[in-house]
Amino acid sequence: MAGMITAHLSPEGSARPRHIDESPLARRLLIGLALLFLALVVFIPLVSIFIEAFRKGLALYGAAITEPYALSALRLTLLTAAIAVPLNTLFGLAAAWAITKFRFRGKNVLITLIDLPFAVSPIISGLIFVLLFGAQGFFGPWLDERGIQIIFALPGIVLATVFVTFPFVARELIPLMQSQGSQEEEAAATLGASGWQMFRRVTLPNIKWGLFYGMILCNARATGEFGAVSVVSGHIRGQTNTLPLHIEILYNEYQFSASFAVASLLVLLALVTLLAKSAVEWRTSRAMAATQQPDPLAREGGANHAH
Amino acid sequence: MHIEVKRLNKTFGAGTPAVDDVSFGIARGRLIGLLGPSGGGKSTLLRMLAGLEYPDSGEIRINGQRVNELAPQQRGIGFVFQHYALFRHMNVYDNIAFGLTIKKEKKTVIAARVRELLALTGLSGLEKRYPNQLSGGQRQRVAFARALAPRPELLLLDEPFAAIDAKVRKELRTWLKQLISQLGITSIFVTHDQDEAVEVADEMLILQRGRLEQQGAPQTVYERPQTPFVASFIGHSRTLEAPQRLRGFDGAVTAGGSAIVRPEFVEAGLEGELSHPSASEPGTVRHLFFRGTHLEVEVELDGNRLLANRPLDRPPLQVGDCVQVLVHRLYVVEGETVRLLDNPLKHDPFPVHI
Amino acid sequence: MKGSKSRRVLPGFGLSMGVVIFYLGLVVLLPIAGVFIKTAGMSLSDFWAAVSNPRVLASYRISFLTAFVAAAVNLIFGPLIAWVLVRYRFPGKKVIDSLVDLPFALPTAVAGIALTSIYAPSGWIGQWLAPLGIKVAYTPLGIMIALIFIGLPFIVRTVQPVIQELERETEEAAVMLGAYRLRTLRRVVVPELVPAMLTGFAMAFARGIGEYGSVVFISGNMPMRTEIAPLLIRTKLEQYDYAGATAIAMVMLIISFAMLLAINYLQWRASRRVVME
Repeated sequence: MAGMITAHLSPEGSARPRHIDESPLARRLLIGLALLFLALVVFIPLVSIFIEAFRKGLALYGAAITEPYALSALRLTLLTAAIAVPLNTLFGLAAAWAITKFRFRGKNVLITLIDLPFAVSPIISGLIFVLLFGAQGFFGPWLDERGIQIIFALPGIVLATVFVTFPFVARELIPLMQSQGSQEEEAAATLGASGWQMFRRVTLPNIKWGLFYGMILCNARATGEFGAVSVVSGHIRGQTNTLPLHIEILYNEYQFSASFAVASLLVLLALVTLLAKSAVEWRTSRAMAATQQPDPLAREGGANHAH
Repeated sequence: MHIEVKRLNKTFGAGTPAVDDVSFGIARGRLIGLLGPSGGGKSTLLRMLAGLEYPDSGEIRINGQRVNELAPQQRGIGFVFQHYALFRHMNVYDNIAFGLTIKKEKKTVIAARVRELLALTGLSGLEKRYPNQLSGGQRQRVAFARALAPRPELLLLDEPFAAIDAKVRKELRTWLKQLISQLGITSIFVTHDQDEAVEVADEMLILQRGRLEQQGAPQTVYERPQTPFVASFIGHSRTLEAPQRLRGFDGAVTAGGSAIVRPEFVEAGLEGELSHPSASEPGTVRHLFFRGTHLEVEVELDGNRLLANRPLDRPPLQVGDCVQVLVHRLYVVEGETVRLLDNPLKHDPFPVHI
Repeated sequence: MKGSKSRRVLPGFGLSMGVVIFYLGLVVLLPIAGVFIKTAGMSLSDFWAAVSNPRVLASYRISFLTAFVAAAVNLIFGPLIAWVLVRYRFPGKKVIDSLVDLPFALPTAVAGIALTSIYAPSGWIGQWLAPLGIKVAYTPLGIMIALIFIGLPFIVRTVQPVIQELERETEEAAVMLGAYRLRTLRRVVVPELVPAMLTGFAMAFARGIGEYGSVVFISGNMPMRTEIAPLLIRTKLEQYDYAGATAIAMVMLIISFAMLLAINYLQWRASRRVVME
């Protein structure tokens, strides 16, 4: 996106006649206002995490992120993401394929249903699984008899995480595959490719960056989910504590530096996510610019086709 | 017959039919132009032949064998898509080789075939390029080579020149015609541009609102249009509302009917220039259009306005000049059919009343 | 030929649709249905008592009010940031552009503790505000700050592409018709942005109502004053009052669905406008 933005700008703003754009003064004022707002709301909180994390020195930082409870929380978080992300990736691929390659009734309803988990409060996302599998839940007694524990254990944490991160991959892929159309798949079909060959050799290479970004987003949310997991986890240190829950416990125990130290790990992950997003956008905008420049007519036709 | 289509129908959703009771046959090795206005059902018909759409009813036979139930993968048809649909993540070589790798051909066989096609399409040296590094004409040729690689028996091309700018388009269609006749492969291409169809095709199928209006060689279709639509669609023409008022046609055309006239069948000139002065009538010049190779004159006659072609070596005319007009031929619309009518006075140079 | 209309050329419809329906049903629809079933098991008077209790009503009020004000603040600054990012050049623009997405990527709990430490009376910003008598942390104002943080990218990212697609020519046309800059912006540019701004507002508002992680740290969680609805659900669950928790959740779910439909409607309307033009 950033690449496309620069392409839209005239080389020097001041070269344009007066009264067509904002005056340089107004322009500086607006930039200043936007940056001030971003600084207060986003930038200062970001920086503060690292400063708080290192306030009591490197040694304490190191100790905070290597103590056994932190490590076990990290392990649990990674394990949860390692289950939730592949599941939702498979689902996202299936949903995008069904929705973008075929016509059927109720498509819009299906798309809305896929968005549903985004609209539900994280706390309610946890609550629904407590209602199903908790001790007083619908399946609680049945599970209890068989000694299966879901709530306050790993399965509950995984379920809540899967629910919360459910739409990410599908939502990245659907618009992407819609804009790409089905012509390449049809071309592959006329050349004799079977369904699997078509998917693996034509579709997958075309969507790999979008898919990658969807998985990164899904992973970021899966590792960072707090509300839903806090309802279904039992907050048992060393057993059912994920990293965000560990941060909460440390914070509530007034171990601020340790809490921010562990938080800084998740911040790094968030920054990697943003970096991946920029990289994917840079790649796609470059690819788009490359396909569009030499042949303006083809681009026009392509746009029509997309409708 | 190589390709036979019988009573084919296709409707999308609840709308009007896209293809409406279409039947035709195509002999082996012919190059067919599927012509008609946009939205006339041409692409739908082509996609049904390819197996990319399934017909609601009717039958498609290739080599006498019904293929309705065959998936596109099994039909052995080459398809060139309107926007080429090149695999954007594969280079030129891999695009062309795709169909052969699906067939699990040997690497050496594939390499030989791709080289052959690269040479044939003039793309040698570009095999490592990606689609976005090619010009429109080059992409078109890659799409063509890719479709030909698995040696299909039938080649379908959906608006193959639509996305290419005008200048390259002319070169490309001459090239394509030569190449296809050299290969001898049965081919059908869709176009909405009649010049393209006339120039390239051995035979034209004219489709309008899903119905097949006429099938025939370009010249036949031009000279003997069978329906009012074809008469007005092919060539440059004008519809006359009062043809019975034209000199020579008063007895042959009933009042209230309409007729189509082409400028190449109308002469307009000064006294003494016309071939059959006795069959002409006076008119007034209203507009003059320079068409490069000739002049087009719009003349007003009693109740009709029509266009006439005039060679450039004749004396110049001015707007407002009085000229003699001779109509050689009319296409008289009679319901759903068209009757060709030559000016009767031309063949009777000494009418009875002299 | 039987069933010809339903035949499809590309393969995998049955498989992919099967996976979608099965997984969607199991992971999303069945669990959400649980809330409805649980609520259906309550008597109407019990349900009413659970959702109309003063503490519950106060929590709704706080959740809605703070989410609304936060989305409204973003409605001013979001388009401003989007405009600045699309139209102007300044050093570090690309970094700032990615920074807008930070609230999407940052775990909510991390955002929560960071905002609390900054806006607490002893924090970086809080210490400047405290002498002025402005308390942020542990007041509704703090909740709003957290929700502004959470909602910002929704509005920026829905408005930004629209500004990118704006044709400079229409602005120039307004100039040729004699309009000066401010009037051009007000009459030509802003109307084009309104549908996207509304969509972004609805998304930020919906997210704000349900937000939990970034709020619980900064809100102070005082019943009747700074206790948000999601926290109250959590509290009831910890007291094993499942019915009470479910009743509050039910009300919030219905509101969420309504918001989701409203957002879809707004987006559908915006897309229809584009196609028609």
